[in-house]
Amino acid sequence: MERFAQLFTRLDQTTKINTKVDELAAYLKAADDDDRLWTVAILSSRRPKRTVNTTLLRQWAAELAGIPLWLFEESYHVVGDLSEAIALTLPKPSGKNEQSLSYWIEYIKALDKLEEAEKKSRVVAAWQQMDYTERLVFNKLIMGGFRIGVSQKLMVRALSKCTGIDENTLAHRLMGDWTPDRTTFEDLILTKDPLEDVSKPYPFYLAYALEEGPEGLGAPEEWIAERKWDGIRGQLIVRKGELFVWSRGEELVTDKFPEFHPLAEQLPDGTVIDGEILPYKDGQPLSFNELQTRIGRKNVTKKILEKVPVVLVAYDLLEWEGEDLREQPLEHRRKLLEKLLGQATASHQLLLSELVPFSQWEELEEERRNARQYHSEGLMLKKRASVYRAGRRKGDWWKWKVDPLTIDAVMIYAQRGHGRRANLYTDFTFAVWDEDALVPFTKAYSGLTDKEFREITSWVHRNTLERFGPVRSVEPKHVFEIAFEGIRKSTRHKSGVALRFPRMLRWRKDKPVREANTLEDLHQMLEVYEG
Amino acid sequence: MALLEFTEKGIYCAAAGVYIDPWRPVDRALITHGHADHSRWGHKHYLFTRSAAPVIRHRLGNIRHDTVEYGEVTRINGVSFSFHPAGHIVGSAQIRVEHKGEVWVASGDYKVEDDGLSEAFEPVRCHTFITESTFGLPVYRWKQQKKVFTQINEWWKQNQADGKASIIGVYALGKAQRVLAGVDSSIGPIHTHGAIENTNEVMRRQGITLPKTTRITREVKAADLEGSLVLATPSATGSNWMKRFKKASVGIASGWMALRGTRRRRSADRGFVLSDHADWTGLNEAITATGAERVVVTHGYTNLFARYLREERGLDAWEAQTEYEGESLDKDDDSED
Repeated sequence: MERFAQLFTRLDQTTKINTKVDELAAYLKAADDDDRLWTVAILSSRRPKRTVNTTLLRQWAAELAGIPLWLFEESYHVVGDLSEAIALTLPKPSGKNEQSLSYWIEYIKALDKLEEAEKKSRVVAAWQQMDYTERLVFNKLIMGGFRIGVSQKLMVRALSKCTGIDENTLAHRLMGDWTPDRTTFEDLILTKDPLEDVSKPYPFYLAYALEEGPEGLGAPEEWIAERKWDGIRGQLIVRKGELFVWSRGEELVTDKFPEFHPLAEQLPDGTVIDGEILPYKDGQPLSFNELQTRIGRKNVTKKILEKVPVVLVAYDLLEWEGEDLREQPLEHRRKLLEKLLGQATASHQLLLSELVPFSQWEELEEERRNARQYHSEGLMLKKRASVYRAGRRKGDWWKWKVDPLTIDAVMIYAQRGHGRRANLYTDFTFAVWDEDALVPFTKAYSGLTDKEFREITSWVHRNTLERFGPVRSVEPKHVFEIAFEGIRKSTRHKSGVALRFPRMLRWRKDKPVREANTLEDLHQMLEVYEG
Repeated sequence: MALLEFTEKGIYCAAAGVYIDPWRPVDRALITHGHADHSRWGHKHYLFTRSAAPVIRHRLGNIRHDTVEYGEVTRINGVSFSFHPAGHIVGSAQIRVEHKGEVWVASGDYKVEDDGLSEAFEPVRCHTFITESTFGLPVYRWKQQKKVFTQINEWWKQNQADGKASIIGVYALGKAQRVLAGVDSSIGPIHTHGAIENTNEVMRRQGITLPKTTRITREVKAADLEGSLVLATPSATGSNWMKRFKKASVGIASGWMALRGTRRRRSADRGFVLSDHADWTGLNEAITATGAERVVVTHGYTNLFARYLREERGLDAWEAQTEYEGESLDKDDDSED
């Protein structure tokens, strides 16, 4: 554990990617196979099953530290990370430990079936022989969420450096539904022929956002354009008569979408399609919100299947007749895809992502502006000759999103941020005018620079009207331009609307409070854009 | 009427007609220390300790003032005022106020660990204690400064071996001199940002010993800075001023570095947890040592700390609105405000 904790500290102490790769590679090289495999698992979001709930951990930590629970909770809010808050609060250790990372993971797993009192005594015993960083790591192992600035991509680079196996091969071997309990470092990482696992998806190729116009991309005839849909990126696999649906988060979601199950028979073996899972009814997409609600449900009922049916809008073919097509140009893959979907056997759950025809970039500008009419988020631009790469890469695929909707609103409440911004006021509530009253309608906590947050924090300190716990009401004085991606009706909010992805676009210091937008303006937007 | 009140202008003693650390211009101000949120411009007359005088006069220029020694009693309208070491920075004081047998102490900013440079904190018995709470949560517990300086020395040596400058962001008044006094100056040369060197010069003139430092001017070459320890103001670490360094590692020394999140926000390479404010343990010990039954909590996590003192320690504690700012990561003029 000490070595892993050291690694944690070193990774945490640098923002430089190359240094992180080097540190991680050096650690992996020196670690034994069990610790290596667990490290790879943890850094690809495969943590051991949670065996103690966080409510208990909070209670035990507060008790051990001799502070009331409410004070622990407030401290946690400031720190922003429960593992860290516990590690910072616990009293000094009474001993040392020399156990390995895998030892502690097994220790945590063994807590599963125990009585609460026994769990407590074991967790406390563990804390008492760990220093600050070891406790932090131990808590994170229990709770998951190992976000230490090491992406899976970075981990793969380090693993490649340590094993000499190339990154794409490793990324593929690491996909799918494995856990360190059921495999070994040797089998998973070092052994060839990963296709034995028929469910294994390909790493998704992710597009970067196009910040400027497309003119810089070169000749329009080298590119295709498609609509960008607001659904869930998905990969649909049929191999050996079985169907698997993967979401971009590398989650196997086959059970969530019974609509796709007949495809196991309708598509030939050795087919892998990349596309967007979209809620879709009566010939048009529903709002993403509907899909989110559906996914949140534990059981997929008949009612929900009728209310929010889904389709897969297919835009790429990654495997055909068992052959990996990713090195083929997009144009070729798309031809095969069109042929496949054109066949009579293809299900109506599979739609082809239509091309948006254009010969000049200007024509696309127009299409992008009109994106909301199609309930789409903008356009995707892909190079005809592009191969299918792994992860987020610049160059061949771009998303070109429609400009957000905006509204000018008045800040009325402020709350301290946590974690990264614990000493600044960063969480604000905004209101619009309804006659002479200000009606709150959204919160937002991103979009300003640190400098602006500092400025507003100092203003909040001096202009607080009232305090309600961590929230302060402030004089209605500042107007912000709020950007958002969508708007829908809400019965839960006083304003009657809920926004999607609200954030602060600009601090409108030039604008007097009286000139902020009105509730009526919001409701007009609702009429135009709800969907 | 209470002996001390919190008014729109500052902490007011009606019986004497004077203010402690006022934030609006007043006739007579008693000042705990030289940071800008406590010693502001524009009062008609100032009173502070003799060792706080040089930096305050350096900042505020030609002001009407008197100085006192620690422990010396000044009587104003029958009220006795005396200044006692707060351990925050050189010359910093808690101000004891006594009238008709009632004693209040306004502590300004303080820390209980002796930093070897400031006059060490002395607990003062009182009925009512006015305390800060900049780090008034149990997650803030400092390591001994010796350990922190070992970390800084190791970091400096490693950077030196890698041919890098070690740039550390610190306040010009207080933290800068504490770091100078604490590091192992035999490791290599030490360079300073101009704002810091100005304060160093003021302190050296008042007889405080600091290691040799070189002011960074246009004449200083990039090669001179290699392997050097560089003290910079927090804002300089994010500015064009940094362009002069070819290879550098950037550290920040502040109590806020106790939280990983704050360090990431500043995107510093290293965060050193070093504060001139009391940590959770220090605040609680200091309050105990005063024997006070009433505690007024000024800046920081005021509502939480006051609630803790009421509910868990049975003290009559409440929070007061002030314009003190404690340790900020984001400002630096010549102070820690």
